Amino acid sequence: MRVTFPHMGDTWIGVKAMLEYLDVEVLMPPPCTKKTMVLGSEHAPEFACMPLKLNLGNYIEASELGANTIMMTGGCGPCRLGYYAQVQDTILQDLGYSYKMVVLEPPEKHITELFSKIRYITGNNSWWKVIKGIHFGYSKIKMVDELNKKACWARPREINRGDTDRALESAKQKIINVEYTKDLSAVHQEVLEIIDQVPVDKDRDVIKIGIVGEIFTLLEPFINFDIERRLGYMGAEVDRSLNLSEWINDHLFLSINKKMRSCKESRMASPPYLNHNVGGHGQETIGSTVLYARRNFDGVIQLLPFTCMPEIVAQTILPGVSNELSIPVLTLIMDEHSGEAGTVTRLEAFMDLLSRKKQKKEVLA
Amino acid sequence: MHETVGIPRALLFYEYYPFWKTFFDYLGIKTIISPNTNQKILEEGVKNCVDEACLPIKLATGHVMYLASRADYIFVPRIVSLAPREYICPKFMGFPDMVRQCVPSGTRLIDTNINLYRHRGEEYRCYQELGKYFVKNPFKIRTAYQKSVKKQEDYCSLLKKGLFPEQAMKAVDRHNVKNKGYNPGGPVIAVIGHSYNLFDRHISMDLIKVLQKKGVNVVTAENLPEETMRSETSILPKRLFWTLGQKMLGAAFHYMKQPEISGIIYVVSFACGPDSMVGEIIERYIKYENTPFLKLTLDEHTGEAGVITRIEAFLDMVYWKAG
Ligand code: SF4
Ligand code: SF4
Repeated sequence: MRVTFPHMGDTWIGVKAMLEYLDVEVLMPPPCTKKTMVLGSEHAPEFACMPLKLNLGNYIEASELGANTIMMTGGCGPCRLGYYAQVQDTILQDLGYSYKMVVLEPPEKHITELFSKIRYITGNNSWWKVIKGIHFGYSKIKMVDELNKKACWARPREINRGDTDRALESAKQKIINVEYTKDLSAVHQEVLEIIDQVPVDKDRDVIKIGIVGEIFTLLEPFINFDIERRLGYMGAEVDRSLNLSEWINDHLFLSINKKMRSCKESRMASPPYLNHNVGGHGQETIGSTVLYARRNFDGVIQLLPFTCMPEIVAQTILPGVSNELSIPVLTLIMDEHSGEAGTVTRLEAFMDLLSRKKQKKEVLA
Repeated sequence: MHETVGIPRALLFYEYYPFWKTFFDYLGIKTIISPNTNQKILEEGVKNCVDEACLPIKLATGHVMYLASRADYIFVPRIVSLAPREYICPKFMGFPDMVRQCVPSGTRLIDTNINLYRHRGEEYRCYQELGKYFVKNPFKIRTAYQKSVKKQEDYCSLLKKGLFPEQAMKAVDRHNVKNKGYNPGGPVIAVIGHSYNLFDRHISMDLIKVLQKKGVNVVTAENLPEETMRSETSILPKRLFWTLGQKMLGAAFHYMKQPEISGIIYVVSFACGPDSMVGEIIERYIKYENTPFLKLTLDEHTGEAGVITRIEAFLDMVYWKAG
């Protein structure tokens, strides 16, 4: 059994660590590229949402490297993610790839269904070891999230362009290399130091932007044209409304960690604009925008894949929120045809707008 | 007190109108229905929606805008779920909040949740809540609900007899069933699509009439019992959690195996989320059945001429296959 799973930003760092901790052989798809996109969109339904297409590209590329088992998450509606696996499976079969798909999702009938799927992947490991493996992977994800957050703060303030990203890369590599749980906390200290040592100008005036939207477009730099880094270089401190570690805490660990930011908070902030869950992260998109406005952010950017249903609901409602709370919002829709140049131009224009607005506010104050 | 409730002729109108009408009637509330979709309604809808919204949502918005200046209330229920552990579409769940953005301020929207996700029995509670907008007496609401359920059953049984919503809505009140133009000896084609696409003549370009004029007998998913469609989809590797998708897939699976069905036309909205998945499954299964198949993707930019040409080519193939 050679297990692969789809890419979504830095997720692989944690998942790979967890599986290897349990002695499962992992074969990562190569990082997403144009080729992945082309492969995926060629074989996927035209109006499927982008994550489905990129996943499919990942599977095809990983199969060519020898992977034969796919591990992925599912769901039970209303969004399409819950049916990704079944559609991807028929497509892969038609194309002649022989894959076994293991879909981790809330079980149809009984919790034992989920257990037996985990067993299938983890083999003879004891449950205790499985739990330790999950903890090991999760710790890495938490560290990476923490680093990314610090990098978002440092980027617009760095003295030498590129220092932050160099530090971030070497710190991430250190996390990737950790093999034993006992080494985690030492490495944690080490990587924090690396990123904290980037020379910055603390007093520099920066624009603060919150990023909201669909999780895949938020987390996968290939699809969002590396938006965090770009905005950072344009002088913006970026806050991502949703991190993988928070998502896992909310959805898989049932919010065990009470101190972590939770989607409950943003969902509660979404009425009166959006009064019901609409699947995906639609309600979080509205709620987070409200929260950013309250925290005096300068602007919000919404990211979504073309045809994404929950985000189209949110997109319809956002202009009203933006008006009422006077926070500028830019919506960027990502699909296989979005061009990098066009996106950059729109980001630059948005940055201009935000800085003019900020200056005006300061003059008035 | 003569307050009026506007009911948009859109979305689930074609499935539930007899129910809703009976309910409001019994409570003594006058209803106004928006007219058949016209250019004006379409334009209003397009203007008030983001480009990315699908055509049915744009049209529904247009219908709501039409009613905004004409009715005291507009009935835009938040339809979350119509069957246990199933949904319709995220856009149905957000629709009342979407239109709230564009209706003139002060417009009163009735956005009762209809949510049968846990249990079909929840329906009664939803309608109690709806009734409370207008009357205090829960017994009166209960009777209204019971009458509506009865009416809906009559309506559905007319559909099962082969009528289409428009005819059945008339027949259900007059009790004389007149069947649609049946052409003995003509080929039978199954036209499958969401009711708000098929039976809105503006969206579908009157597809059913066009086919009938060409001597084709048309059947749709509406003509099949729910149980048939549900049992057909049990061959799927995983239960489908979209009620409309379930219906489309069940109908397609059923009709593609019937020898008297000469072809299947599948009508979808441009960029429809659930149908991108459901359509893929239908297409992959239908390949093995060898039934002539045509997929029509519709949006506000679809040209009528192009659609007619494709239908004609499809019919040629159907006739050619029949020899
Ligand atoms: S949230 Fe959007 S992108 Fe994700 S499955 Fe749903 S429709 Fe697709
Ligand atoms: S099911 Fe499809 S056509 Fe209907 S509202 Fe949802 S996206 Fe639009």
